[in-house]
Amino acid sequence: MTASPTGRIVPDRLASPTSRALKSWESLLALVAIAIFIANSFASPYFLDPWNLSDATFNFTEKAMIALAMALLIISGEIDLSVASIVALASTAMGLMMQAGFGTPAIVLTGLGTGLICGAFNGLLVTRLGLPSIVVTIGTMSLFRGISYIVLGDTAFTGYPASFGWFGQGYVVWVITVELAIFALLAVIYGIVLHKTNFGRGVYAAGNNPTAAMFSGVRVGRVKFILFLLTGLMSGLASVCLTSRLGSTRPSIGAGMELEVVTVVVLGGVSILGGSGSIPGVVIAALVMGLVTFGLGLLNVPGIVMSIVIGVLLIGVIALPRIWQKARAWKK
Amino acid sequence: MISRESILSAAIIALLALIATRFAGFVAPGNLAAVFTDTAPLIILALGQMVVILTRCIDLSVAANLALTGMVCAMLNTAMPGLPVALTLALAIGMGAGLGAINGLLVWKLAIPSIVVTLGTMTIFRGSIFLLSGGEWVNAFEMSASFTGFPRTVILGLPVLGWIAIVIIAGLALMLSRSTQGRAFFAVGGNPHAAVYAGIDVGRTQFLAFTLSGALAGLTGYLWVARYAVAYTDIAGGFELDVVAACVIGGISIAGGIGSVGGAVLGALFLGVIKNALPVVGISPFWQMAISGAAIIVAVAANSRAGRSKGRIILKQAEVRQ
Repeated sequence: MTASPTGRIVPDRLASPTSRALKSWESLLALVAIAIFIANSFASPYFLDPWNLSDATFNFTEKAMIALAMALLIISGEIDLSVASIVALASTAMGLMMQAGFGTPAIVLTGLGTGLICGAFNGLLVTRLGLPSIVVTIGTMSLFRGISYIVLGDTAFTGYPASFGWFGQGYVVWVITVELAIFALLAVIYGIVLHKTNFGRGVYAAGNNPTAAMFSGVRVGRVKFILFLLTGLMSGLASVCLTSRLGSTRPSIGAGMELEVVTVVVLGGVSILGGSGSIPGVVIAALVMGLVTFGLGLLNVPGIVMSIVIGVLLIGVIALPRIWQKARAWKK
Repeated sequence: MISRESILSAAIIALLALIATRFAGFVAPGNLAAVFTDTAPLIILALGQMVVILTRCIDLSVAANLALTGMVCAMLNTAMPGLPVALTLALAIGMGAGLGAINGLLVWKLAIPSIVVTLGTMTIFRGSIFLLSGGEWVNAFEMSASFTGFPRTVILGLPVLGWIAIVIIAGLALMLSRSTQGRAFFAVGGNPHAAVYAGIDVGRTQFLAFTLSGALAGLTGYLWVARYAVAYTDIAGGFELDVVAACVIGGISIAGGIGSVGGAVLGALFLGVIKNALPVVGISPFWQMAISGAAIIVAVAANSRAGRSKGRIILKQAEVRQ
């Protein structure tokens, strides 16, 4: 959104692949993650317990699922701020199905389907009518959660079937939770889709230069529509996991989640202006966020103070390299 | 081509007429003044937001800025009940401007996208309120009478809060249409490259927009806390969305460079009338969120249609959508 008149500087020769990999955003993030891990294990004696660490994954798995799709969407040059509201609406729809007496499979399908419909709604408004995604999704953010409030008011849905609890409370093997397993599987799939397929190259192309992408045969509108669908679907999936974990639905469920999802994506090195970023970066960023919030939680730091840390992280990780660059340019 | 302002005015009048059929007392002058005063904070913040959006940025930290400044004013009043209202006002505006300037500096000097900066400062400001207050509330009995009385003093049938909104509307309308700086806000958003060649510093103009938006948020922070006579961590939570909604409904283009004071004010009034009318006509207030969401979507769809038929947006779209 900011306009910078200067173009990108293209160096004459690229550094060697190894040195680029070492200096990359992902390795910097990985170092941060390791540092936080070590700091945490010194700060609290309870941190290194495997069951504790397993609990810690709940801090980020649901957000990270959405962040995977959001990363692709932001790379393609759009954004979806309505994800947390989709979570609320999908959860409300699942609650209605549960009250109507349907079993777990139907409830889960309803959650995923609601997510898809919401994503399609956003996608149609953005790609068919050519509206700016930030405004559209600020609107649907109110609309989707507003519908949950109309349905639920100040009441809540409780009493989900026991088998539904598997998604948010179950374990695959030992300490590996179902949510973590789903996330790991999705991370691999998204990594392959973004980095190894034509579709993935199309996502980058759409974000870097939609006009050039169009003339290169990339159907930009369709790519973006699919990404909105995926973001909706992931929000629906996150809603299934979150609702299953909490065992209840309130209209305020997942409030403020969109902020954390965008923070994870930006922290993961995805340019908010589109065109660059990687899935490994997003995955490590999700780990960093999870470790930070869990570590602070073990130290009895209240949630709202953690949000300061997240805010500082968000601005800091973007500001510091720029300050460093400026300082280097100034020295020369 | 019918202007956006006249369409909105007609919509608001139609809305009022509809409400009047259910409850005639709603359109009595006294009640309309009350609705206007109730909407005043939204109007003031929407005007600040409009200037930021004109320069192709967005300020999501306004509500958190409002809450932080309001809390500081309330705590200061508790510590020093004798502090004159004029000083509190100056402090609120100064502190708000300072917080806005932080956003502005990050956008100007480090060229970080405004949405990232203000998402970050939004959570930082909110968290700071908790750190400052320790999660405690500042209640009415802890505030001095002059502190809480100021925005509620009625002059010529309208509380001071309403008059402040009117003064700001007039001042901004004059500044945006008659001063060099005011035109610069439009130029920067309309075409940043042309603005640079016209000798306008794009980053500095954006910085000034954020500072102005922050100053207005700070001022509203004091007025809000004094009017409701309570300050706590979550006041005005989510209010930034209403502010952006008012701007979008008022026809301010999120792509920058297009907008008017009248549009922002009418957009805010539209939301204000709905909010005040829902309980009167017997609709659950839980409907409000969905209605304002739907209004945003309808408004932005209408904006893009209006802009397309005028033709002037074509070049800009090519540029913005790259």
